[in-house]
Amino acid sequence: MNRSENVIDVHGLQKRFGDKTVVDGLSLQLREGEIHGFLGPNGSGKTTSIRMLCGLLTPDGGSGRCLGHDVLRESAAIKREVGYMTQRFSLWDDLSIEENLHFVGRMFGVVGRRQRVERALEGLGLGGRRRQLAGTLSGGWKQRLALASCLMHEPRLLLLDEPTAGVDPKARRDFWEEIHRLSAAGITVLVSTHYMDEAERCHRLSYLAYGRLLATGRGAEIVAAQGLSTWAVSGDGVERLSEALRQLPAVEQVASFGTQLHVSGRDATRLQAELARFVAAHGLRMDAARPSLEDVFMHLMQGARDPLER
Amino acid sequence: MTRISLSRWLGILIKEFIQLRRDRLTFGMIVGIPILQLVLFGFAINSDPKHLPTAVVIAEPGPAARAFVAAMQNSGYFDVLGRVSEDQAARALARGEVQFVVSFPPDFQRDLVRGRPVAIAVEADATDPQATGGAVAVLNHLGAELFAPDLPGRRLAAMAPVELRVLRRYNPEGITAYNIVPGLLGVILTLTMVLMTGLAMTRERERGTFENLMATPATPFEVITGKLVPYVLIGLVQVTLVLIAARWIFHVPMLGSIALLYGVVLIFIVANLVLGITFSSIARNQLQAMQMTFFFFLPSMLLSGFMFPFRGMPEWAQAVGSLLPLTHFLVLVRGILLKASGTVLLWPSIWPILLFTCVVLAVGLRTFRRTLD
Repeated sequence: MNRSENVIDVHGLQKRFGDKTVVDGLSLQLREGEIHGFLGPNGSGKTTSIRMLCGLLTPDGGSGRCLGHDVLRESAAIKREVGYMTQRFSLWDDLSIEENLHFVGRMFGVVGRRQRVERALEGLGLGGRRRQLAGTLSGGWKQRLALASCLMHEPRLLLLDEPTAGVDPKARRDFWEEIHRLSAAGITVLVSTHYMDEAERCHRLSYLAYGRLLATGRGAEIVAAQGLSTWAVSGDGVERLSEALRQLPAVEQVASFGTQLHVSGRDATRLQAELARFVAAHGLRMDAARPSLEDVFMHLMQGARDPLER
Repeated sequence: MTRISLSRWLGILIKEFIQLRRDRLTFGMIVGIPILQLVLFGFAINSDPKHLPTAVVIAEPGPAARAFVAAMQNSGYFDVLGRVSEDQAARALARGEVQFVVSFPPDFQRDLVRGRPVAIAVEADATDPQATGGAVAVLNHLGAELFAPDLPGRRLAAMAPVELRVLRRYNPEGITAYNIVPGLLGVILTLTMVLMTGLAMTRERERGTFENLMATPATPFEVITGKLVPYVLIGLVQVTLVLIAARWIFHVPMLGSIALLYGVVLIFIVANLVLGITFSSIARNQLQAMQMTFFFFLPSMLLSGFMFPFRGMPEWAQAVGSLLPLTHFLVLVRGILLKASGTVLLWPSIWPILLFTCVVLAVGLRTFRRTLD
């Protein structure tokens, strides 16, 4: 594949705050129209990475291009073509919906601003509430307004930092429908999230922990690459036995899913043998399960070392 | 009703202390403000100002004039800067560089010896009545004592009485409002301009909208100047209101050019706005911006010559005061309104404000970073 086709193509990006390395050697390639999920625990460097990609932060090391512009030197050009949605609602609470859109339109020098604002209001279904102050909107509406404002200047790349945090399931579903429509129209989307159902809606995923990229690829590829086998253990009193299960040598991870425990390990044969003995001893049952993305991510995170806890 | 719990109450107390200790600026204020006030009120401020700069105009120096000048110096109220020409003296008085000009007539010594009536002219810059009152009283007393004709054994004993003609320039009736109301222009502008711009940027930061602003292609120049201009207009409206009140309520004389006044007001507004923006790029939140404004405002009020005579303060306090734009603005606004001074005459008070603006702007642009890192 030709490198220039990638909308984002960065190598070894690094960012330090003081003596703490927040992002360490991030390499990322995004193809046009791709929806790329950015996952990882809090403090893993997702927000910092996104800020470096949209020209808000200058990387301390590494190189690469975003929309064909150098991430180290051409941040102004990148800003003009990227739509960035911040983690926290960052439009102006004391401006009305309409005024916010006009302001953002002016900032980006949008041609035909009036029509763009009208179209955005129409798309939001907020035409009748255009004079309402943005601060008085509910979480879901704020999120939709923020997305609409990101799209005012028709960016080719959307960087969305946990856009659905604190938004109800219906609004989340609508939001993702919109993301897929945009993707179909050729807009590339990098979206960070903590929700596994959202991760599964992405074309490809990257998993970050402690500032390092631990895995990247399609969801199924990432799951397969870890070579994890997982069993669902269920039965009376199974909740109380998770600690005992963890003590088994082949068990690397135990996670509760409702009344079941997902028990995972890489050594499939030994895991099955040990579990069979355990299940028989405690009068439980075990069923083969497909390791989920979440199982895999938990496993990845356990394997990664926190540089601060060395 | 819930009973009062000591441990709960202690919990709140301890939390409050911990937070107070973390908030360095508040902690600094708790300690700094009393110390600052003590130093300023205790040492810097003097409501009976002494050591007032005085210029002497003598055409032909003689023992009588020398004795009078020496007596003035010895009284402690006057610091005689030396002999100057009439023109120089007039300029120095208009610029506020000297508080008094003492002029001896050309034939002072001869006329005195021959017993002809003589007069010493004393011009006082009375824009601030507080600054001259004590010294003028001493002057009258000095003249009476030194040239008293009826005291035996005095070499200088004059045959005829020596008249001291004290001329209170610029504010002959000693009306305090003539001094205070123009001064208020500067005080109001200092407080509102620094505070409002200080809050303008920190508000964006606190609400998180700053990140959104920075993600747009807007340059720091566009952001800063775009944020300043509305406040320039607000400042001009404030000035106009105070001037209207000064003219029609307090009947303050307006002898100089109003256009020039608005010119220096503009320079002063910009100086304060630049300081406010710099505060806001240093401060982490709105509270800190307010605290910084207060730290700046307090010495501005007390050391600029607004509340207390500038020349009455010790030299170190005058040196600190000279760094503040308000000090120079007060000279400018009083000079234009009460003394009808022009640009050339006022230049020595204009450039320090411009210099202040440049220095603060350089600091501000360094701290204001386009990216968030």
